[in-house]
Amino acid sequence: MTQAQIQWVALTTIVAKEIRRFMRIWQQTLVPPAITMSLYFVIFGNLIGPRIGEMHGVDYMSFIVPGLIMMSVITNAYGNVASSFFSNKFQKSVEELMVAPVHPLTILAGFIAGGVARGVCVGVIVTLLSLYFTSLEIHHLLIVVGIVVLSAVLFSLGGFINAVHARKFDDISIIPTFVITPLTYLGGVFYSIDLLPQHWQWLSQLNPILYMVNTFRYGILGVSDVGVGISFLMMFVFIVLLGGYSVFLLKRGTGMRQ
Amino acid sequence: MVPALHVQGLRKVYGNGFEALKGIDLTVEQGDFFALLGPNGAGKSTTLGILSGLVQKTSGTAEVMGCDVNADSFGARLNLGVVPQEFNFNQFEKVEDIVVTQAGYFGLRAAEARVRAEYLLKALDLWDKRNEASRMLSGGMKRRLMIARALIHQPKVLILDEPTAGVDIELRRSMWDFMKELNESGTTIILTTHYLEEAEQLCRNIAIINKGEIVRSTSVRSLLAQMHAETFVLDLQSPLVDGFVLPGVESRLVSADCLEVVVQEGQAINEVFVKLSQAGIGVRSMRPKANRLEELFVNLVRGGAA
Repeated sequence: MTQAQIQWVALTTIVAKEIRRFMRIWQQTLVPPAITMSLYFVIFGNLIGPRIGEMHGVDYMSFIVPGLIMMSVITNAYGNVASSFFSNKFQKSVEELMVAPVHPLTILAGFIAGGVARGVCVGVIVTLLSLYFTSLEIHHLLIVVGIVVLSAVLFSLGGFINAVHARKFDDISIIPTFVITPLTYLGGVFYSIDLLPQHWQWLSQLNPILYMVNTFRYGILGVSDVGVGISFLMMFVFIVLLGGYSVFLLKRGTGMRQ
Repeated sequence: MVPALHVQGLRKVYGNGFEALKGIDLTVEQGDFFALLGPNGAGKSTTLGILSGLVQKTSGTAEVMGCDVNADSFGARLNLGVVPQEFNFNQFEKVEDIVVTQAGYFGLRAAEARVRAEYLLKALDLWDKRNEASRMLSGGMKRRLMIARALIHQPKVLILDEPTAGVDIELRRSMWDFMKELNESGTTIILTTHYLEEAEQLCRNIAIINKGEIVRSTSVRSLLAQMHAETFVLDLQSPLVDGFVLPGVESRLVSADCLEVVVQEGQAINEVFVKLSQAGIGVRSMRPKANRLEELFVNLVRGGAA
């Protein structure tokens, strides 16, 4: 068996294991985002939305749906890799991988693919739920798929780095609580940045989640606060930077090898 | 033929400045059943950790089947199976899934892995538990699960770090039989254990490590031949008076009906019994005070002569 064949089988094994993990605990991984997002649809879309009226020329419910789908994708992709990899470290089962002939890139790709799988899975569930409240007509399928996958990859990498550096379970909830959630709420999920004063608009443009949410919204509705090209460029740059750092951590064995 | 294991000048200094290994040299030939013994903190687990890729060496070289653990880590890992001291599997996964997943990390496809997992789980008496979450297993079963997992890719060299710790006597003996069969089929086994009887029963060669240095590396037979004296405990038929001394034999009365006698190298135990008979002392039963290897081990790690 060649080196490449071993890496391929190892990769599919890690991905299958990761998918098996989040499917086994579906009550903790798939149901909560479905309930939370349904509440957002009811409260913000159905009850408050009609009083707000249109935003970017579409009704408020249709405006917030893409943002809420994207919010589900990124938080679940991040959470999956952070909790799974940290749990592997905590139980020392990461040693199963360390003693095997698995390349660090294969390990990283396997966990990231697991995060993407959960992110996309939850994204699909939330999208199906949203169809009960509004109708979705996809404006640009390729952009929708591309931005969802890239966002899930980027946040899975973030979750991986968080898990490598974490020493206790509390450490994997700090970044989601204090960084991701505020950036998501300020990332144009519920409003267009056109509504903000000039200096706040400028500040919002430093928020990477704004680009993901708006590019996804563009893919579905055809409206966006930001340029689609710059969004994809930013995503590639961040993925290369975080991916490179993750491989460096794995090769060095940070938090795993003494 | 390359050695199964070759270590030269291996040194490890941890981040806190503790020098766990002080440049050890060690060679284990293919097919050997080798014991690495030492007290707690002697450097056994650090050595095994470096070989398995879980500990980064400071300097020196370590090779498994001729593959350097750093320069050719893939080759070294393909040839090596590791059973660590601590349980290191996912407590929520099913027994069979743990073994099959490990096979995947070594490039075995699921169908082939399932056949091999069935063979190993049956051989280690875990087949009935294959669908149970690993946390539901007893301590002995968990150890056997780690052995099955380590053997799934059919490694040429198997490292067993205290594989029978906490395992009851009956199970320990069945595990010994399994390990013997494995060794007879050609697998080189490197064992660390605190049960020196286990090392004496199973191993052909032995290295004793203490404070990061190899203090002796030789065959079990030649090590035992270095014994200068052995102590036996005799349970007596009738009690003796305090202060009793057996003439011509080094002895000590432990209690009224228990006598310890020391048999020197070259001395026949019959001589002791002749003297006991002459003194009119009947012996109900006799046992060695400690395992023979244990006595040598204690002497060596204390820095005394064997």
